[in-house]
Amino acid sequence: MTSLLATTVAIPDVIVFAAGAVMIMIGALGVITSRNPVHAALSLILTLFGIAVLFIEQQADFLAAVQVIVYAGAIVVLFLFVIMFLGVDRNEDLDAEPLAGQRSMAFVIVLMAVGAIIALGAEAHWVVGPHSVSGVPGGPYQNVYNLGRSVFTTYLFAFEATAALLVIAVVGAVVLARRSGAANAEQPDGQPENEEVAS
Amino acid sequence: MTSLFVAAGDPLYASGLNWITLVIVLIKIIFSFAVCMGAVTLMIWFERKVISDMQSRIGPNRAGPFGLLQTLADGIKLFFKEDLIPEQSDRFVFKLAPYLSVVPALVIFAVVPFGGVVTIAGRSIDLQVADPPIGILLVLAMSAIGVYGIMLAGWASGSKYPLLSGVRASAQMISYEAALGMTVVTVVMMTGSLSTRAIVNSQAGAIWHWNLIRLGFIPAIIFIIAVIAETNRPPFDVVEAESELVGGFNTEYSSIRFALFYLAEFMNTITMSAVIVTLFFGGPDGYNPFGHYGSIFMPIVWFVVKTIAFCYFFVWLRGALPRMRYDKLMDLGWKRLIPVSLGWLLIVAGFMVNGWWGVGLALAVIAAGFGLARAFKIGADLEDRDQAVLPPVGRRPVPPRLLRRLTDGDPQGGVQ
Repeated sequence: MTSLLATTVAIPDVIVFAAGAVMIMIGALGVITSRNPVHAALSLILTLFGIAVLFIEQQADFLAAVQVIVYAGAIVVLFLFVIMFLGVDRNEDLDAEPLAGQRSMAFVIVLMAVGAIIALGAEAHWVVGPHSVSGVPGGPYQNVYNLGRSVFTTYLFAFEATAALLVIAVVGAVVLARRSGAANAEQPDGQPENEEVAS
Repeated sequence: MTSLFVAAGDPLYASGLNWITLVIVLIKIIFSFAVCMGAVTLMIWFERKVISDMQSRIGPNRAGPFGLLQTLADGIKLFFKEDLIPEQSDRFVFKLAPYLSVVPALVIFAVVPFGGVVTIAGRSIDLQVADPPIGILLVLAMSAIGVYGIMLAGWASGSKYPLLSGVRASAQMISYEAALGMTVVTVVMMTGSLSTRAIVNSQAGAIWHWNLIRLGFIPAIIFIIAVIAETNRPPFDVVEAESELVGGFNTEYSSIRFALFYLAEFMNTITMSAVIVTLFFGGPDGYNPFGHYGSIFMPIVWFVVKTIAFCYFFVWLRGALPRMRYDKLMDLGWKRLIPVSLGWLLIVAGFMVNGWWGVGLALAVIAAGFGLARAFKIGADLEDRDQAVLPPVGRRPVPPRLLRRLTDGDPQGGVQ
């Protein structure tokens, strides 16, 4: 047990970590146990908030803000949007497995993963990674500055490549969506659109 | 004392965290909360009075002098009304949604500097609840969370019109968030910091230091338009369009939960006015004729005056403009505000490097603008090609033949 408290930790850090961890765990359990997809999405928001709290605890303020803005603020909204639009907000039948043996396989793999994490933690150190890796906290308001520096100088190529990848994905999604939309629009109720205009 | 608070630039934490600091922070929080609540009641009264004046009515005049206590009376009435939960609703989410609406509106106010820095008992205290390093990003994050309140209220009601309203709200607010974020980036670029206190400090001194003028008016205008859409105020209040959606997302709500939505709406108006003032109008900056003592209270006075001016502006818009059609609203967001704010961001960045870059980027943005306008024209022609019966409402209206059958009662759908 000594490795648990190998370094001295400040009490507020522990409290913040515990609060964040509890939020993440409750949210994660909610995601997999809720029968209603909307409730699962709400639990996911709780998890993302907990992760944002942990980011702040690790002095990654900017990452925490982005976590809330992008994941909690945009992506889960899109999930909910789709759930509402497609009307899948009913309780699904969970008794039938889509793939044979899926549940038992999932159980085994989760056990293996948890075992590996515990083994790694016991081997190395319980707290994974030091504080503020990308930018050394050189004082107030340095986190964003250092992050911006490294993203736009050292890691510029990776950053731009990611941006290009996202643009390609968006363009591809639009092209696919419009193509299928055009195919459907030809027959709204079994007739081409041009006919009405003529009448 | 701990790594958590060293990162904050607030001078209050310079000497570490002890109980006096905690008490000061608590006082700031409680004071701000009380002021916000008082301001909301006054804002509701103010809006009703100004609107009635613009419409040649008298408005609330029964409770208290000038009807000032009308909001209080309404609040008490709502509190004692029966609290209905529809049978089809999702009970947990139905109860959760009003709070998801109110809390972000209140939290945003925490990062707004409403005064200068005062020194009490050897501690310099920022007159704002918190000055976190992420500063203005907290505003964006909270306005992103604010979407959930309306969206989930619409869904959880288990009723058609609120659901439509919830879907509209989520689409609208996410669309305008992009323009909102882009204009905030121009401000942050000019300031070189995300902290709201730094943003305000960099604008201090003279009126031509205000971001409104330094950034060339366009970002401020875009930000104000985006804020109106983000708070669902008229003319962008398609979320609660009475003529189309009964009452919008809050149709099924009654009693105190309805009051909470009402509170959130007006709280949002006030906090967003305060954010506009902070970002573009110098925050608490202003003329101080009273020397040392004036430097304590004049910033607060200036901040309040500017914020009230914007509250009045929002009310004025509500009185003056008709509601926008939903597809026009989305067009404005995606095809006008986002490209313009992005282009302006590039131009400002260019001029911050040097004049040549600025001129070059301005020319490039103008050229790109022409290309984009051409693309929009081609797209619009493709879309409107076959729709001649009625102007389309939304992207894909009811097929014209069906529409004619529904509206004219002509089973053949033939020629009149």
